[in-house]
Formats: sequence, C-alpha cells, structure tokens
Amino acid sequence: MDFPLLAFYAFAAAAVMSAVAVISVRNPVQAALFLVLTFFTVACTWILAGAEFLGIALVLVYVGAVMVLFLFVVMMLDIDIARIREGYVRYLPVGLLVAVVMLVEMLVLIGIRARSAVPFADNIAMATGVADLPNTTWLARALFTDFLLPFEVAAVILTIAVIAAVMLTLRRSVGTKHQDPAAQSRVRAGDRLRMVRMEAVRPVQPAAAPVEESKP
Amino acid sequence: MTDIASSLSLGHFLALGAALFCISLAGIFLNRKNVIVLLMCIELMLLAVNINFVAFSRQLGDAAGQVFVFFILTVAAAEAAIGLAILVTLFRNRRTIDVADIDTLKG
Repeated sequence: MDFPLLAFYAFAAAAVMSAVAVISVRNPVQAALFLVLTFFTVACTWILAGAEFLGIALVLVYVGAVMVLFLFVVMMLDIDIARIREGYVRYLPVGLLVAVVMLVEMLVLIGIRARSAVPFADNIAMATGVADLPNTTWLARALFTDFLLPFEVAAVILTIAVIAAVMLTLRRSVGTKHQDPAAQSRVRAGDRLRMVRMEAVRPVQPAAAPVEESKP
Repeated sequence: MTDIASSLSLGHFLALGAALFCISLAGIFLNRKNVIVLLMCIELMLLAVNINFVAFSRQLGDAAGQVFVFFILTVAAAEAAIGLAILVTLFRNRRTIDVADIDTLKG
C-alpha cells in the first residue's frame, strides 16, 4: 500500500459518508453543506488522479457558485421541515433495496474487470509522449483545438441559462414605476409640450361667468 | 488481486463513482417530498459520472474525457440555475415544494 492509495481510501470514505449525510439529514441547509463537503473531497480525489485543473474547477464552480446558489434558495424558501420528512420511512426499504442491489452489481462488474487492470501510469503526459506537460496545458490544448466549437456552444448555453433564470424569477410589481428607455429616447417635443395660441391680454368677459381655461 | 491492493488504479475510481451514484439514487427514492434535495441528488449523480470520466481519461491518457467533464460541469451549472429558478417560481405560486402537492399535470 503506497501513500496515494491510503489517501484515496480516506477521501473516498469521506465522500461516501458525506453523500450519505446529504440524503439523510433533516435540514436542507445542512444537506447543502454536506454536499459542499462531498464535492470538495471528490475534487481531492481528482487532484490525486492527476486532473488538477478539473479539481480546482470543481471547487471554484461548485463550492463557490452553485452551492451558494443552493444555500440562498434554501434560505429564501420558508420550508416546513416536519411535513417534508413525512414519507421518509415509507420509502426507506425500497430505496435502500434498489440502491444496494445496483451498487453490488456495479462493484461485482468493476471487481471482475479490475483483476486485469494495470495501475495508472506515472504521469498523464506519458501517454502523449511529451514529458513534463502540466495537466492544464494538456487539457487546454485539446479544449481550444479539437473542442473549440463545443466550447463556444457551452458559453452560449451558460448565457441562455442566465437569461432563462432571470426571466423565470422576474416579477413586475404592479405599484412600482419603471423607466422605459426606448420610449424615453423616442419621445418628441410634441409629446410633452403643446403650443397654445392665446391672447397676451385676457379678453374682458361681459359677465361673471368663469373664464374657460385652456386645456392642460 | 495483489495488483489492485498495492496501487491506485481505475477500479478504485469506478467503485467510488458507483457508490456515489447509488447513494444519490437512494436519495431520490427517500426524499420524495423535497425538491431541493432531489436537485442535490441529481448534482451528486452528475458528479459520479464525472468521476468515471476522469478515471477513464487518466487510464487511457485521452484528453477528451476531461474536456467532457468540463462540459458536464457547464451543463450541470446551467441546470442548477434554471432548476432553482423554477423552484423559486413554484414556491411563489404554490407556497410549497412538496412533490406530492405538485400534481396539476396528473394524467
């Protein structure tokens, strides 16, 4: 047993335990925090496997952005926790049964295949024949040459997602006043100001009838 | 067998991915009432898939696997954003996030 394998076992145990905590804790805020822990430990295992860029990206994107989004939403919604937990015990046997059977099947399959497996090579760059190539450089070369169009499409997908999320939650309140920049720039002098021709001196009315004002 | 127990190999990562996938599957079964935890379980499932991609990319020395993890992260982030927006809209309209109460589209 070498040190990376021991570290992997420690990380894997932490990841599995925190994932179990995600689905079993009572409070959604605690579930989100345990999900952060799961993502972080999995990022550690990726760095152990030599995928440094993706490990850092997982921490930055997930722990930094997505999980904060989750926490904000969980805290904004006023959830009745007691009602949410009602069906938990009822679904416990079938859920555990399906999950355990699937896990055993997968592990058997992996175990059979792993008997002929070779351990990882020393470095990722060895497969490409270039010595001493960092993981980020290696990944960026593939990303910006072969996968340039999918990369741009991913950017478009993110933009669409942001616009969709804003449009879904946008709420026009009835009472508030909004500026309409298009209408503001389209306005002409005639819309705001009306020239009224009238006498400079008020004409003398014969009776006490009220003077008719010009229309506003 | 001694080969597996002595050094880090593909099977370790595949086992971790399988374990996380099954845990998230159990979570989808168990938390039938809470849409937020359902979304978290879907994120966990995508993470398990990503572990497999990273492991195979590492094993085969192919960059395409890690590039694909990058794209899965992108799509998962977009999915989380839109899903949470839908959740906020849903809670605003129905005052609940219980899956059992959201049965308007019942066939």
